[in-house]
Amino acid sequence: MSETKVDMNKEGFAAKRISLAQMQTGQRGKIVEINGGYGLARKLDALGIRVGKEITKISAQWMRGPVLLRQGNTQAALGFGMASKVLVELDEGA
Amino acid sequence: MKKILLMGNPNVGKSVVFNRFTGANVIASNYSGTTVEFTKGSMRIEAERAELIDVPGTYTLEPTCKAEEIAVEMLKTGDVIINVVESTNLERSLNLTLQLLKRKVPVVVALNFWDETKHRGISIDYKKLEEILGIPCVPICAVTGEGVNRLVERIKDAKPSAYEYEEKERWHEIGNIVEEVQKVTHRHHTFLERLGDASVKPITGLPIAVIVLFLAFKVIRFIGEGLIGYVGKPIFENLWAPLMLKLSGLLGSEGSLHNLIIGQLINGEIDFGQSFGLLTTGLFVPLAAVLPYVFAFYLVLSFLEDFGYIPRVAVMVDTLMHRLGLHGFAIVPMMLGLGCNVPGALSTRILETRREKFIAATIMAIAVPCAALQAMVVGLVGKEGLAGLGIVYGTLFMVWVLLGVLLNRVLKGESPEIFIEIPPYRIPYLRGLSKKIWIRIKWFLKEAVPFVLLGVLLVNILYTLKIIQFVGNITAPVVTRVLGLPKEAIGALIIGFLRKDVAVGMLVPLGLTAKQLIIASVVLAMYFPCVATFMTLAKELGHVDLLKSAGIMIVSSLIVGGVLNLILPG
Repeated sequence: MSETKVDMNKEGFAAKRISLAQMQTGQRGKIVEINGGYGLARKLDALGIRVGKEITKISAQWMRGPVLLRQGNTQAALGFGMASKVLVELDEGA
Repeated sequence: MKKILLMGNPNVGKSVVFNRFTGANVIASNYSGTTVEFTKGSMRIEAERAELIDVPGTYTLEPTCKAEEIAVEMLKTGDVIINVVESTNLERSLNLTLQLLKRKVPVVVALNFWDETKHRGISIDYKKLEEILGIPCVPICAVTGEGVNRLVERIKDAKPSAYEYEEKERWHEIGNIVEEVQKVTHRHHTFLERLGDASVKPITGLPIAVIVLFLAFKVIRFIGEGLIGYVGKPIFENLWAPLMLKLSGLLGSEGSLHNLIIGQLINGEIDFGQSFGLLTTGLFVPLAAVLPYVFAFYLVLSFLEDFGYIPRVAVMVDTLMHRLGLHGFAIVPMMLGLGCNVPGALSTRILETRREKFIAATIMAIAVPCAALQAMVVGLVGKEGLAGLGIVYGTLFMVWVLLGVLLNRVLKGESPEIFIEIPPYRIPYLRGLSKKIWIRIKWFLKEAVPFVLLGVLLVNILYTLKIIQFVGNITAPVVTRVLGLPKEAIGALIIGFLRKDVAVGMLVPLGLTAKQLIIASVVLAMYFPCVATFMTLAKELGHVDLLKSAGIMIVSSLIVGGVLNLILPG
């Protein structure tokens, strides 16, 4: 989960697939996978955050603290462990 | 009677709508989980009376936590559902709406925060939404009351919807609906949004937190002191004291009835701090000494709550709180506890596990002093200089951290990770804010004044019957040797079970040294919660956990008091 996987997207560009925890503050990306089991997926789903959605990372606290993301008009804070389980494909140029 | 349920995601303003409809007073704040219990009220629809129920917020009808379970359970009992949705978050809100429609219950949709859609560049065709869903959809702004009457008129049009969809296609359906009714135009981030982001980034968020804390402290102190010095004291000393002196004369200036009502005269005068009569100290303590600080504290807390700062504090302190076996959101019971430990204890319900509730409730009850206690301590210890106050607060903070770390080590289990929605910053609406402060003040007056009077009555009885002297003699070894206090101080510890502010007041006539005042204040804060908090803890924790918690309180307060007695000079 922690290593960086490289996928090829439709256009043939190498798209970086990393976890929300690894994203830089301010980066945008599309959620491609939620690895956390039913519980985490369901909690995120309730907030409208699910696979296929564009998210922006707003901030991360020091010492593996919680991560803040924005999706549409929703903002949520989730623990570092949970954030490591949300995998995103970074937007091009991000 | 018709039963109407208010349902919707957390923090969409259900409680504000509830207050509007019923004229009732329910606390509403800008963060999830302010309502942990359902609240009932009655409202009028045309000529009929109906029962309105404020249901805790839920994202889904497949419950993920206790509050959501309650919500789903409630659903079965309702005749009509008012589904409050956040217009600025239509897609997500419709998830619950569609689940409600599937249950074939009559639903009205209230599109709240309608005013916010404009400056967020969102336009929603609510008539089209009404057409698609086949139920009334009414745009409202609950805090200002816009559209609320229209909503009441439309309740009678609520009916089970004919709208059908495949369960596994729900999000897809929602996507289509949103596509059809909502247009979003690009716009720049507002100042509040940028401030919101800045207050959760460590580099900017930490300085902001320090500034907020500093300002909060300054404002509370300024308003509290100001109200005491310019309102409370002058009224009591210039208006009330002469009246009481007359009454004292009428009662013969002595005797047990006189002492009960007026108390002891000090050099022929009434001393509101020391006389200890029902109508002197008994009224002065809650109304002139404590109420100003309670008001100032709730003013600041309510503002921060309605602004939306609290969840951001939760994010900032999450890492620290994990060391105590909690996560960041557990800062909520601590902050509420600084006002009064009772709502603090109640709000531990927002925590997920029994272990978290136990740790949070225990360290809150021990190391978080309520506003009433603080007001008295600031008045008494503050006279000896700020250093003394620093020691009291510093000690309590250290106890809070150490005890949390210790409990986290000893108790089996782990602390769950934080997962909270961060609401947008909102400028508090004056009417809502003042209503909330008024609810809290009223609650304080109703709870505190009778207990303070009872406390003063009890002090008089215990002294007259020489019970305090008797217990003082028995407990002298602990009180004098371990804590270094005069044995008369046991009176304060006894009364502290009832009211902590009265207990601190009892220290005044003892002429304690600065060191003794510090120790007494810390021990009074820690050793046991007042009876109101105790009863709440019993309900929230159950008797077994309460006993454990109480044991920890007594032992830790003796240790801390003893250590202070050993290390403090003087």
